[in-house]
Amino acid sequence: MSGRRLNLGLATGGALVGVVVAAALVSFVWTPHDPTLVDAAGKLREPGGGYLLGADKFGRDTLSQLMVGARTTLYVGVVAVGIAAVVGTPLGVAAGMAPRSRGWLSELIMRVNDLVFAFPALLLAVMLGAVYGAGTLTAMIAIGVATVPAFARVARAATMQVMVTDYVLAARAAGRRGPAIALRHVLPNIGSVLIVQASVSFAIAILAEAALSFLGFGTRPPTPSWGRMLQESQELLFSTPRLALWPGLAIALAVLGFNLLGDGLRDHLDPKLRNARG
Amino acid sequence: MPSPAGTPDADPVRASAGAPAADRAGGPAGEPLIEVRDLTRVYRRPRTSLTRPGEAVHALKGVSLTVHRGERFGIVGESGSGKSTLLRLLCALDRPTSGSVTFAGREVAGLPERSLRFLRRSLQIVFQDPMSSLDPRMRVRDLVAEPLVALGEPVGDRVAELLDAVGLPASAAERYPHQFSGGQRQRIAIARALAPRPEVLVADEPVSALDVSVRGQILNLLADLADELGLTLVFVSHDLAVVRHLCETVAVVHDGLIVETGPVDDVWEAPGHPYTRALLAAVPTLEGML
Repeated sequence: MSGRRLNLGLATGGALVGVVVAAALVSFVWTPHDPTLVDAAGKLREPGGGYLLGADKFGRDTLSQLMVGARTTLYVGVVAVGIAAVVGTPLGVAAGMAPRSRGWLSELIMRVNDLVFAFPALLLAVMLGAVYGAGTLTAMIAIGVATVPAFARVARAATMQVMVTDYVLAARAAGRRGPAIALRHVLPNIGSVLIVQASVSFAIAILAEAALSFLGFGTRPPTPSWGRMLQESQELLFSTPRLALWPGLAIALAVLGFNLLGDGLRDHLDPKLRNARG
Repeated sequence: MPSPAGTPDADPVRASAGAPAADRAGGPAGEPLIEVRDLTRVYRRPRTSLTRPGEAVHALKGVSLTVHRGERFGIVGESGSGKSTLLRLLCALDRPTSGSVTFAGREVAGLPERSLRFLRRSLQIVFQDPMSSLDPRMRVRDLVAEPLVALGEPVGDRVAELLDAVGLPASAAERYPHQFSGGQRQRIAIARALAPRPEVLVADEPVSALDVSVRGQILNLLADLADELGLTLVFVSHDLAVVRHLCETVAVVHDGLIVETGPVDDVWEAPGHPYTRALLAAVPTLEGML
């Protein structure tokens, strides 16, 4: 077997995601300073002298905030994508497996899906925030619910492709029924598509969380969050642009990382390429 | 040479099927096993107009045939003749528009899946293309054992036994389908079909997707297994020469109808229908060889 070509996008994406994950993990045991410690004397401290990226208007260390902010970002991403995958995948598989005689089931699922799809994640989060109080949890749920249709659609399309294959026909001829076919044949074969979708959805979730925190509907202070760091640096944009630069860069690179990872995985896991390797 | 499947005496199928050699020589000797009466299947194309329903395609227009126990029955026809539709209906993988299919006297057509256990146990299929009929994500062990697991039967050493019967090493069990050649994959598919000790093996053009060099091996394997296990064989092909080699009775399907049926040698020697003559004329090279 010829060695797997490591695709450049996949490597870059993996590295960027790796940095974010590493920063979040390290922040559990060590940060340069307490990210929430308000220090009037160190207000707007310039970078250097133990404060690698300087401090904000409350004297909080920017690097420490970024590291703990990565935690929030990943937390929101994992939970939101988890909700979307756990709810969306079974719906999509059910819709994709419904025989023609039960076409109404497929139609019902997909039309409700369209309805939710028409609702932007941000609007949903603002609405939930207004009703239940803004916070990380409501943001995660809102982003997750808004991502369900994307998963359901992708799962349905992939399932429909699997359902017309001979191996599903063979499984039916062997006496397998719907649930067993779904678990043993459909899910393993649509897994790669779902992983790609999860990666792309993760990027969208990061962006949505940042936007919500920026607007004040996401993570509550004092928990550090990249979106709120941006918002707090707004008034100092012209005097101290670095305060907006670092969280902005972190968001951009994390989103880029997950997008590249998704694209790279798509190429890497393509079953046609895999079969060609023989 | 592959050894026979397991211990022949322990095989209930073989024991109940009597002497297959006699069937082979004497033509259709057993009682009717599969009976198809006036079977029709109409497909509806997706609608292309808002006001008119989709166009109807008559894949089968009233087909009747009888397969006897122990018989080797060939179904011949070109692509689009309806032979694949007929096969799916025989295996209860599709519902007919009208007509009936009975297996050992029990109606099969239109039954819900949960009532088809008897058929799934007794009738197994080998599909045309082993590239697509084996799930790429499953190990050979799980693929071959699937009918047993699905029917709730113990697997035990059956997988190794079956692999041996189709001439594959026991080590094949731990590998994935894409690690095998086309001919080997078709052997895996045959092993899977034999797992629940079926009475009937349905083969849908089992060699047309394979290299010419391995077709003979697979056909001989099917013939040998059918003899050893006393299987009833329903063999679908577009190639009358292959059917003549393997089967004793043939039905020629054309445009959704059976245009000719009878002992394969009679049909070969004296084709009664113009379409059969056209089919025969399409294999002149083999004519010379035989």
